[in-house]
Amino acid sequence: MADQNCLISNEWICGEYVRTRGQELTDATLQHVGITLASVAIGLVIAFPLALLARRRQSVAGPVLGLTTILYTVPSLAMFSLLLPVFGVSQAVVVTGLVLYSLTILVRNIMAGLASVPEDAREAARGMGYGPLRLLFGVELPLALPALMAGLRITTVSTVSLTTVGAIIGYGGLGNLIYEGMHSFFKAQVLTASVLCVALAVVADVVLLGVQRVLTPWARKRRKA
Amino acid sequence: MGVIGEAWTWLATGSHWSGADGVWNRLGQHLFLTFVCLAISCAVALPVAVLLGHIGKGGAIAVNISNAGRAVPTFAVLVLLLLSPLGSHGQWPTIIALVLFAVPPLLTNAYVGVSEADREVVEAARGMGMTGGQLIRRVELPLAFPLIMTGVRTAAVQVVATATLAALPGGGGLGRIITAGFRLTDTPQVVAGAVLVAALALLVEGAFVVLGLVLDPMRRKMGRRSAAFRRPPADQAPKAPALTS
Repeated sequence: MADQNCLISNEWICGEYVRTRGQELTDATLQHVGITLASVAIGLVIAFPLALLARRRQSVAGPVLGLTTILYTVPSLAMFSLLLPVFGVSQAVVVTGLVLYSLTILVRNIMAGLASVPEDAREAARGMGYGPLRLLFGVELPLALPALMAGLRITTVSTVSLTTVGAIIGYGGLGNLIYEGMHSFFKAQVLTASVLCVALAVVADVVLLGVQRVLTPWARKRRKA
Repeated sequence: MGVIGEAWTWLATGSHWSGADGVWNRLGQHLFLTFVCLAISCAVALPVAVLLGHIGKGGAIAVNISNAGRAVPTFAVLVLLLLSPLGSHGQWPTIIALVLFAVPPLLTNAYVGVSEADREVVEAARGMGMTGGQLIRRVELPLAFPLIMTGVRTAAVQVVATATLAALPGGGGLGRIITAGFRLTDTPQVVAGAVLVAALALLVEGAFVVLGLVLDPMRRKMGRRSAAFRRPPADQAPKAPALTS
């Protein structure tokens, strides 16, 4: 009975809320994860060739870095609003906005990672007969992984947090629950969704850190030695 | 193209600029909030960061606060503060949220700038008999200036962005034009508001870039003569990515 009361007395922490709205919470979390995954994946797919192009040509690097910095400065509410007439009210508005934000950090970090590859390693690979493609994927990319993964972690964590703003058009994952809870002054809903959102960011960060450690076994060995 | 034209018409309509819901009033609120909160954040964060950087301690905290700030959704904090007992105190929930999100970039950049000021120069200054206070004022602060300004610029853009979001729980500022547009399902107004907000954010960013160059104590003293002795440009310094919201 005490649990029932926490819904009526509108308390911040309410077990009954989590029990009765489990489905709603799961749906919102799944939408949140879906939007984040789509945004970061598309961002990575676009950022990688952009970084390669910018590395090869100085004339591309300037505009790419400048444009992504400008995009990063646009506040999220304005970004989603500006994309609204392009896509209408749909998930594409939120995903596109988040992709544009992700490019800033991803392009920079991929470029920094590639620039940090020692020239010796490149020379050695070329001497062993590596072609440009094998050089890129066999030598440069693995060596650039720490910087790339650092960028990916920053991007993922901020994407999780920015997804909430998508609530303005109804595609904000857990942000939708926060938005609803704001209008109905439903404290338990706002707090639960907020905590889940932060937890999601932390879990994503830890998972990516694990992926990085698996992908760069040599760094682990060096640390141990 | 239709919406863009209509958004332009919205902006060109004089009546949308005047009155309590007009652009001028909302812009005034936005700038006031930005200025007040940036001033409070600098007053809180910069002395702490400079002092920590000077003694070279607390680096982990300075960096972790920045990372934590990224993981916490601005929107969630705004709504949580609104529903808290503070919510009935007018602007205070907004001001507190704005300050909370402006502090991390200020803290991290100023800390890194001061703690990583050229050690040889710092040692030389110490050898010349400078006291701790003199060291901070005459050596570390001038050397750290570009990074401190990067932090201030990032924080300013962050405050502008957060102040926009504050319109969702009913705070003042340009964001209200967007949220009102959504309520009226008036897409041209939503776009017009978004253009105004984006323009303001870019102007603030640009203004602080210029301010940083003009005020830079090293640049003023050295002028163009000794370009070779200048520090590496701020771009090459480890740039803590801005936290947009």
